[in-house]
Amino acid sequence: MSEAQATATAEERAPGVVELKSETAALPETLRVRAERAAARGPKPTRVVAARGNLRLRLIELWRARELLNFLVRKEIKVKYKNSFLGFLWSMLNPALTLAVFYVIFTFFLPNGIPSFVIYMFSAFLLWNLFQTSVIFGTTSVVGNAGIVKKVAFPREILALAAVGASVVFFLFQAIVMVGFLVGFRHVPDWPLLWLLPLALVAIVVFAAALSVFLSAVNVYLRDTQHLVEVLLMAWFWAVPGIYAFSGRVHTGLVKHTLFGIPGTHLIWLYFANPLTPPVMTFQRVLYNITHAHSTVAPHGPLQVMSGYGTMWYLSSDLIVIGVSLALLLLALVVFGRLEGNFAEEL
Amino acid sequence: MITAVDVVDVSKRFRLYRAKYQSLKERVLHAGNNPHEDFWALRDVSFGVAEGETVGILGRNGSGKSTLLKCVSGILQPTGGKVVVRGQLAALLELGAGFQPDLTGRENIYLNASLLGLNTKEVERRFDEIVAFAELEQFIDNQVRFYSSGMYVRLGFAVAVNVDPDVLVVDEVLAVGDENFQRKCLARIKEFQDDGRTILFVTHSPELVRQVCDRAVVLDGGRVVGIAEAAEAIHLYHERLLQLGAMAEVGVEAEATVQSASRRVRLGEVVVEHPGSGSRPYLLPGEWLTVQVPFEAVESIPEVIFAITLRSTNGDVVFSSNTEELGQHLEAPVGTGRVDFTFDRVPLLEGAFDIGIAATDKRGVVLDVADQAARFEVMNPGHATGMLALDLRAEMRSSILG
Repeated sequence: MSEAQATATAEERAPGVVELKSETAALPETLRVRAERAAARGPKPTRVVAARGNLRLRLIELWRARELLNFLVRKEIKVKYKNSFLGFLWSMLNPALTLAVFYVIFTFFLPNGIPSFVIYMFSAFLLWNLFQTSVIFGTTSVVGNAGIVKKVAFPREILALAAVGASVVFFLFQAIVMVGFLVGFRHVPDWPLLWLLPLALVAIVVFAAALSVFLSAVNVYLRDTQHLVEVLLMAWFWAVPGIYAFSGRVHTGLVKHTLFGIPGTHLIWLYFANPLTPPVMTFQRVLYNITHAHSTVAPHGPLQVMSGYGTMWYLSSDLIVIGVSLALLLLALVVFGRLEGNFAEEL
Repeated sequence: MITAVDVVDVSKRFRLYRAKYQSLKERVLHAGNNPHEDFWALRDVSFGVAEGETVGILGRNGSGKSTLLKCVSGILQPTGGKVVVRGQLAALLELGAGFQPDLTGRENIYLNASLLGLNTKEVERRFDEIVAFAELEQFIDNQVRFYSSGMYVRLGFAVAVNVDPDVLVVDEVLAVGDENFQRKCLARIKEFQDDGRTILFVTHSPELVRQVCDRAVVLDGGRVVGIAEAAEAIHLYHERLLQLGAMAEVGVEAEATVQSASRRVRLGEVVVEHPGSGSRPYLLPGEWLTVQVPFEAVESIPEVIFAITLRSTNGDVVFSSNTEELGQHLEAPVGTGRVDFTFDRVPLLEGAFDIGIAATDKRGVVLDVADQAARFEVMNPGHATGMLALDLRAEMRSSILG
């Protein structure tokens, strides 16, 4: 029989849906008993699987899966350093080494004159590292966990959030190193402003989460994303006042230029449009805490390292970043929801 | 009755790309020109599962069973239609999916259980039970990478069945593990049923459907062919397989024999009769069966022997005999005639059977042969499994100790 014939017969014979009646008794009794027992187990939530999920449902499911987040974060951390001799110490050694390199360069070869440069740089590094690892891990989180995504139903954005969560844990390890530095250098942070730190931390975490959720979904369809992200992050690093002084460089630099007719004095918003800048500057304000510095290079004149902004500026700009990031996070969740439908096929 | 799972007009389209462009460069180069074919894995599938019911999904490979389960459990989103699930759902699509080889068995239990939707307190409460079910007491603190595949699967199942879902979705996973463990899994599933939990069950094995399911959905080519009680559905499934020739690969040898036969007697179209002839295409265990074999003798044969052989679909001979053994000495003059074989009672339980007919002369020279002259099917309405319908009684005698 030829292939065409075979299909023809198959179609010919394909009947509609037939509801057959059985000659056996259907055991309705057992079914009734089971239904009663089912009802006895109390009210049950209803879930709809359809082409579009709405944001409210996503958030509810996310909340229900919060314990999963905890386990996934633990998994990330355990798996990452499982078979290495130094284990999680690497999460401290890695930034410490980068720090040492930058310290040597900007103190001896390209001296920038910032006193207590290690503390200044580390204040920014803490947050930057948190952001960078979150986004890099987050972007590959869905693709990297393809095995689970294809076989288990759960709110998948949790994978991206777990990547951020693991980065927060590494941040805490590094914060211990920072405390060591502060004690070692007898550097006194601005104690009364300490409450600003959690605020800045939250701002970075929410922003990183928004980016991670968005990028993790995009990366399923466009695998270039993960490489692109690494490159962009490298450029992004220099947009944050980490190894140069904000006031000494950025502010004075921008004032000299005009852009599309906008005078330089107003251009500073462009710099602050980077959501990482306010939280990083907050960390520097609190931890570095040298408002009237003198340059370490000749002629040792006064050097304004940090902005002269008051507490209210730090507070309000951090709050703005949190607000904007929350909106971005919700948007990212919506986009994720749209893209999620085809994950199991694309992976 | 309350519906636990309501599948409404679910369709699922897959795009089959001839080349998959996944990088930016390729996407740009082939923008708007990505050759693909639409493949509908599911087309307008609708059915409801009542609370406490166990429904099987039967179908050949590629009929859309697994896609349907993935849509129900929310791993895939249907292209059209929707699935409404009432209650907590746990999907067992692959045992041990999500196990991390670097973590210990203990850590994996917590991770996997929370992936399946169980909270920590519940896991702690059931931890010992899970470990005992998996029989992994000694190895629970070893890394999972050192587990044998059997241990891996046992742990996966143990976690999944302890998740306490209202709706359990199972895909083919019972086929793994040794016999003892399979029995344990089945017992667990029965327990689930008694608790009034809803189960959706994909399998290739009609036996399992018969043992476990109340009803079954038969899928073919992404469409629902029928929804019926287990036994009927199994019959429908067999019928589908027969139609598409998936089961008929036995008779190749027969053709060759026919050609070598002398054809001094020519067998006609064999007709099968049974109590249900005309109303249903199958017989029930224990019913009578008549096989009518018309023939034409080209020349007169003084002593002719007709033989009948029943074969199961995998080629095993179930029964074989001939007229000589029955003590009948038949003579075939030139012309036509008919031999009727009658089985007063067919004690077969389940399955399709091929009837082979052969005519020989008394020296054993084959006159004509048809290895697949006809086929009949036996449908088991009950819950027993196996090939033979044996009469069974059970009695209990207990003695009261003084």
